[in-house]
Amino acid sequence: MSAFQQVIKANETAILSGWLSEMATSTRRTDLMGDTEIRQQATELLRLFTEASQTSSDVQSAAFASTKEFLKDVAKSRMDQGFTPAETALFVLSMKQPVFNALRDAMKSNPSELVTEIWAAGNLLDKLSMLTVTNAIGFRELTIQRQQEEMLELSTPVVKLWDGILALPLIGTLDSARTQVVMESLLTAIVDTNSQVAIIDITGVPTVDTLVAQHLIKTITAARLMGADCYLSGIRPAIAQTIVHLGIDLTDIQTKAKLSDAFALALQRSGKTVVSTKGSAPKPKEL
Amino acid sequence: MALKRETYRIDVSNDVVRVRQVARSWAAELKFSLVDQTKFVTATSELARNTLEHGGGGTMTAEIVENGTKKGIRLIFDDQGPGIANIELALRDGYTSAGGMGLGLSGSKRLVNEFEINSEPGRGTTVTIIRWK
Amino acid sequence: MDRIPILKVGDCLLVTIQVDMHDELAMSLQEDLTSQIARYGSRGVLIDISSLEIVDSFIGRMLANIAAMSRVLDAQTVLTGMQPAVAITLVELGMALPGIKTALNVERGMQLLQEYMDEGPEPEETDGSEA
Repeated sequence: MSAFQQVIKANETAILSGWLSEMATSTRRTDLMGDTEIRQQATELLRLFTEASQTSSDVQSAAFASTKEFLKDVAKSRMDQGFTPAETALFVLSMKQPVFNALRDAMKSNPSELVTEIWAAGNLLDKLSMLTVTNAIGFRELTIQRQQEEMLELSTPVVKLWDGILALPLIGTLDSARTQVVMESLLTAIVDTNSQVAIIDITGVPTVDTLVAQHLIKTITAARLMGADCYLSGIRPAIAQTIVHLGIDLTDIQTKAKLSDAFALALQRSGKTVVSTKGSAPKPKEL
Repeated sequence: MALKRETYRIDVSNDVVRVRQVARSWAAELKFSLVDQTKFVTATSELARNTLEHGGGGTMTAEIVENGTKKGIRLIFDDQGPGIANIELALRDGYTSAGGMGLGLSGSKRLVNEFEINSEPGRGTTVTIIRWK
Repeated sequence: MDRIPILKVGDCLLVTIQVDMHDELAMSLQEDLTSQIARYGSRGVLIDISSLEIVDSFIGRMLANIAAMSRVLDAQTVLTGMQPAVAITLVELGMALPGIKTALNVERGMQLLQEYMDEGPEPEETDGSEA
């Protein structure tokens, strides 16, 4: 048992008030958290820390289990309240100064021991604050993951244009994860609606690089394996240029500049035409 | 660290069907999406057939593994066959030693998240794949 | 030994694959089909795989072989009912089965074969897109 644990135990009250005033000057966010709550958290953490450090100085040991559990809750609630990971870490780190002050007062006569103990206590607190940051970032990652999934669901509407003709208007960047969702929902819709033709419209896709083109070709090939035709429409002049410059081969794929052109082709292939019923009826649209 | 672990023999072509079904039921147990299940089972089928035809039979060991918050299935195909002299070449699309289409190894690599192959001529081949949920 | 049944309907042969095939079974289907095409002088072959949960490179190769062999025997092959997940996996595997005609279901597959037989024997490559 080294000495810093005894010093902390003996000076618990002084450390707590020192810690609270330290936080009040440097890291408080009164807009996010009230005095009572922060006092409760500080008191509880100091109690758990003091208790755990009496039996072990290894953060990984069982003695620190409840401290770590508590820090996890702190990290979660702080992230929910809108603290940054750095602010969350500072909550633990700001305990350093009052602890070091207490050590300095207790070991005035022995500077070399003081350095050793400050090092040991500092080390322990650093590890705990790192753990808090890891937790905080972990919670943030979970949030991001959830949002990504929600976005994927929102971003792939398959619409029916006519009996047997589907359209998939794509908007935004296509990455691998999104393409898989797009591919699945289009192919499933083809089976569900028994559609012979599907039109993928990329008017809303900002750029087409080799990877995006490959994804599109894969989707179209898969549709063909199932027995449906897939057209690509909404190819802007700039994208047509990129496709040629990149040497992407779209020769096996039916492309059209506009969605309406692709739709007209789909109607024609399924033996249908659009005629005007008003005035001098113009000829059915030529392709 | 494996949460669950089983080993199956691959000696006849019916065993390939059986390990496919094992892969299917494990993937369903971990609630893989239908497409992920299909990819995983297809990769299993390719590698099990490799073990049978090139390795002269062997084993498949299946494990459920964990990495942080995600779970996955690891399959280890092990044989004591003639081994592969040039792994780089064997992994290339279209390369074939047995008159197939040469998509067994290279194709199954594209169907999983992690793919590792160890082989020495005369000592057999071990292929390890992981598909995360 | 079990075998996959082949139905003869007019000028066509009809196969529905419903079991998880082991490799020998797939090989025997390939042999049975080619010998029956020759025997009946069939003009069309329809293979329905709507209940197949996976198609790996072996089965894919067998399907490609059947299509190529029947073409030599002057019969057209149509593959019907491939599941979306199976199609995605096959594409990822690198097997696009370029020489095979496909249809969404048996009904459309039969239509496609009928059109082919009405047109006469000359081979034409419209890439699955019927007018």
